[in-house]
Amino acid sequence: MSYIEAVRSALDALRANVLRSLLTMLGIIIGVASVVAMVAVGTGARERVMEQIRSLGSNLIIIVSGSVTSGGVRMGSGSRQTLSQDDAVALEREIGAVQLAIPVVRGTAQIVAAGLNWSTTVHGTSDTFLEARDWTLSGGRNFTPEEMSGAAKVALIGETVAINLFPEGGAVGQEIRIKNVPFTVIGQLARKGQNMAGQDQDDTILIPLMTAKRRVLGTSQANARAVGSMLVKIRDGEDMKEAEEQIRGLLRQRHRLQANQDDDFWMRNLTEVAATRDASSRTLAFLLAAVATVSLLVGGIGIMNIMLVSVTERTREIGLRLAVGARPRDILAQFLVEATTLATIGGAVGVVIGAVGAHAAAAVAGWATLIQPESVALAVGFSFAVGVFFGFYPAQRASRLDPIEALRTE
Amino acid sequence: MDAPLISVEDLRKDYRMGGHVVHALAGVSVDIAEGEFTAVMGPSGSGKSTFMNVIGCLDRPTAGRYVLAGQDVGRLGVDQLAALRNKRIGFVFQSFHLLPRATALANVEMPMIYGGVKRSLRHEKAMRALGRVGLSERCHHRPNQLSGGQQQRVAIARALVNDPSLILADEPTGALDSRTSLEIMALFQELNRAGMTVVMVTHEPDVAQFARRVLRFRDGKLIEDRAQAPADPAAMLAAHDGELRAA
Repeated sequence: MSYIEAVRSALDALRANVLRSLLTMLGIIIGVASVVAMVAVGTGARERVMEQIRSLGSNLIIIVSGSVTSGGVRMGSGSRQTLSQDDAVALEREIGAVQLAIPVVRGTAQIVAAGLNWSTTVHGTSDTFLEARDWTLSGGRNFTPEEMSGAAKVALIGETVAINLFPEGGAVGQEIRIKNVPFTVIGQLARKGQNMAGQDQDDTILIPLMTAKRRVLGTSQANARAVGSMLVKIRDGEDMKEAEEQIRGLLRQRHRLQANQDDDFWMRNLTEVAATRDASSRTLAFLLAAVATVSLLVGGIGIMNIMLVSVTERTREIGLRLAVGARPRDILAQFLVEATTLATIGGAVGVVIGAVGAHAAAAVAGWATLIQPESVALAVGFSFAVGVFFGFYPAQRASRLDPIEALRTE
Repeated sequence: MDAPLISVEDLRKDYRMGGHVVHALAGVSVDIAEGEFTAVMGPSGSGKSTFMNVIGCLDRPTAGRYVLAGQDVGRLGVDQLAALRNKRIGFVFQSFHLLPRATALANVEMPMIYGGVKRSLRHEKAMRALGRVGLSERCHHRPNQLSGGQQQRVAIARALVNDPSLILADEPTGALDSRTSLEIMALFQELNRAGMTVVMVTHEPDVAQFARRVLRFRDGKLIEDRAQAPADPAAMLAAHDGELRAA
């Protein structure tokens, strides 16, 4: 008997008892649907995390001025500006793994432009900031070295700021006032979206570091070269952990910290944070896969159960087939094909339901789902395997029936 | 005629029932030639069913030799026995044993699936077999749309379809009324006249009278083997209908 013929007769047998076949498939349908939906949602979620990592800029370490203990009171991170521009220069010069070390000061300011105003975060930083963050301009240009050193009153504005101050567009070339200081907008930043904390990264204004210190945010009285934080970009292919240790060592040395003193700065590997989230979403995916596997197993047992019933019900038919010349292996094949057909159809239906479910979930959560052909093939293949595994015992029982006994059954 | 179609020598079949052994066949030797119409008779427990199961290659004897069409059946494996049943033997059962969900045509085609006959040829041969039993027009009916006699005809068409050497009928009229039984016996006689070897198991003398040879079993032994002039079912049918008209 050819395979196609076997499938056709299996379909006939399944059609003979539609409701029962459907109920039997239900376990597999639910199992496969959940696998497909979970994988799709999981992949979509991971894609989102990866996107966030990319939007952050790769190989970045952020260093924030650390806490100060004053008379036993620990003031928390950033309470004193322990970092300085000179630290950044030293990092770039002395540590080979450091590609860029960018000093950053930040503060909140009210921006006014042509009758509209908006409060946003102002970053005073260098012209290499964009490079470090893999950030591009949607219009205009970056700061020039002259503007950097000359504390020019020029600004790059994020998309959100541009939309709020210049709803009609054409922000580049316009004048804005930051804390009443007039600035010229020389460029608009390309859209970056939310960061992992859900903050709008486009709600920002970048100005040269010197300008920020002198005209907008002010300077620390203790140290005019102090900065709140630094963005360090490590060269591609360098070991992040090792670079981190080197940076820590150099900063401790420069800040003259004794071995028993805590760091007066705080380092965070941003890529690592994202990777941790990625790993946790993967753990969740594994957990869901385990749940799905259990439901597939339950579905498989359901198939085994119904196939055993079917063999008992069709004992006479089996006897007849054996009498007219079916070999035991033909009977085995027939019931095995029936079980796998049942399971595979269940799998296919499950894929469809799973895909629909994933799209629904994606629409609600607002991210892209990715139905990967591999996961579909895997789900259908797995349900086929479930059919073979759980169909084998009933099929073997059918094939071992004694034709005389089987024919005599009522 | 040269070698007999069926040659059985000292056939024995023992069953173990509880503590003691039952000799279902206790040394049976008989030859059946090609083209014979043989009735196998005996009360229940006489061994006639066991005899038929062995002849039909459904069961293996405990001892003895069985040669079917020159082939020593005792040496064959399970798959070879299946092939032999498929090619050489057509079974007709008391309760027809048709697949309820399949059409008459599909039922007749079924044995050819296991014989590896191509699809197109299967259809053609099944239609020809249905033609031989006079059911060409009913080929797309399911068993529950057919009368008992028609169902048995479909079963006979199924038995014929692989051009077997032998038709083995087990109480073929047991589930039919007397008139339909006569029709079925007329069909067997017709097939036999066309050269088909028929072996029919029955406990009814009324049915056995249509055969040309009668084998009688008792207690696992062959106690009688006689030739007879077969009764003519056509004449009896006419008489039967005459009686009905009179009544």
